[in-house]
Amino acid sequence: MTAVREVAVVGAGAAGLHAAEALRRAGYDGRLTLIGAEDELPYDRPPLSKQLLDGQWQPGQLTLRTPEALAELRLDLRLGAAAERLDRATRTVHLADGGRVRCEAVVLATGVRPRRLPGAETPLPGAHVLRTLADALALRAELRPGVRLLVVGGGLLGAEAAATAVGLGAEVTWLVSAAPLAAVLGADTAALLTGLHRDHGVRIRRGAAAAVVERGGRAVGVRLADGSELAADAVLTAIGSRPATEWLAGSGVPLEADGGVACDAHCAAGPGVWAAGDAAAWPDPRTGRRRRLEQRTNATEQALCAARNLLAGPDGARQVYDPVPYLWSDQYGLRVQAFGSPGGADRFEVVDGSLAEHRFAAACVREGRVTGAVGIAAARALRALRARVAAHDPWPPADRPQPAAALS
Amino acid sequence: MLVRIDQDKCCGAGSCVLAAPDVFDQRDEDGIVVLLDARPPAELHQAVQDAAAVCPAAAITLEQV
Repeated sequence: MTAVREVAVVGAGAAGLHAAEALRRAGYDGRLTLIGAEDELPYDRPPLSKQLLDGQWQPGQLTLRTPEALAELRLDLRLGAAAERLDRATRTVHLADGGRVRCEAVVLATGVRPRRLPGAETPLPGAHVLRTLADALALRAELRPGVRLLVVGGGLLGAEAAATAVGLGAEVTWLVSAAPLAAVLGADTAALLTGLHRDHGVRIRRGAAAAVVERGGRAVGVRLADGSELAADAVLTAIGSRPATEWLAGSGVPLEADGGVACDAHCAAGPGVWAAGDAAAWPDPRTGRRRRLEQRTNATEQALCAARNLLAGPDGARQVYDPVPYLWSDQYGLRVQAFGSPGGADRFEVVDGSLAEHRFAAACVREGRVTGAVGIAAARALRALRARVAAHDPWPPADRPQPAAALS
Repeated sequence: MLVRIDQDKCCGAGSCVLAAPDVFDQRDEDGIVVLLDARPPAELHQAVQDAAAVCPAAAITLEQV
């Protein structure tokens, strides 16, 4: 084990917390500073668009660790103190509250910030994004029966918020620029879920949002690229996000064009610099290309990998980060689960159940290899497919009788 | 070792089942964790600790008894 005695973890979300915890569990006994821009103790974000937004959960239930469990980590906890600058020469993280944290090694886990539409780049009543607890509470306060909510963006976050809002009696319009959810879940599962949204009264509109429209100091809708306007009492913009890495500009830490921290296969971004979570771009061993994964499980697994490699030292055996991505989504009482990359498949094969009964597990195949798996209410069958995703198995599987070759 | 699970927090990733299949299972309908053995034998303790560590939802807690 290396003799590092001062480690700073920047970002106190899931990735930051898990990195700190993994360091301690591996026996790291030196100084450990955990720096968070928000005031809250580390909390979990997935429930923000689910249980928290619909009022089932209260904020305290999001907390990832009790104060007692955090105390056992012997952290120098700096909350409400955004990192402003990293000086690699002096190995110092400068904080917005004037604090300075010296460190021999740093784990960058600052996550992402939601993209915003023109017209709502600064806070505007009625214009919402959904990333932090404060965001979710502000949106929740708007969701009364009959309120007209316009959700912009056809990804999972927009879908979950639309489902939750319509469940609370809101009149929801969902503005999407392409088939919603198809890029992330694949066309078949996306079509099933889109149908459920319609059945529950969500109006789906195709169009490109150009700007949030403001009148009297409040968002009153969205202007589309064709010049038309969609009126609403509140607007939720869920059009993706950007790594919160502006503070690293000029630090010498390499950044991708999208702002992601450019790591190597071991989650290192230079000597003594490590990254994990939504902001970390690492070369996926399957493709060799750098990618980021904005997924909750990735935050944990990548943090564990970065922490392990940090302690291994420059000459130690470092682990290549090679995850099987996992995501889930709760909509209308159904839980969708997926491994790998179900989007972009050229073949979708249900191996258990059926889409019609809302219970299925399916292999997503690209160029003859299993690149993803997706399912609803079939966790065991899906877990069996996970192994095929991990191995990038050929499909149809060699251990299954092959159907006679089709003539066409 | 006493194993506790929080089914409200579980996100259904199945990481625990992969790490310690004798101790954890998943409900088929939503993937939520099912505890098979709250007091696993000593030879499984390392696997159970791994499962708790990789749980993305922090839904597994361990108590030394």
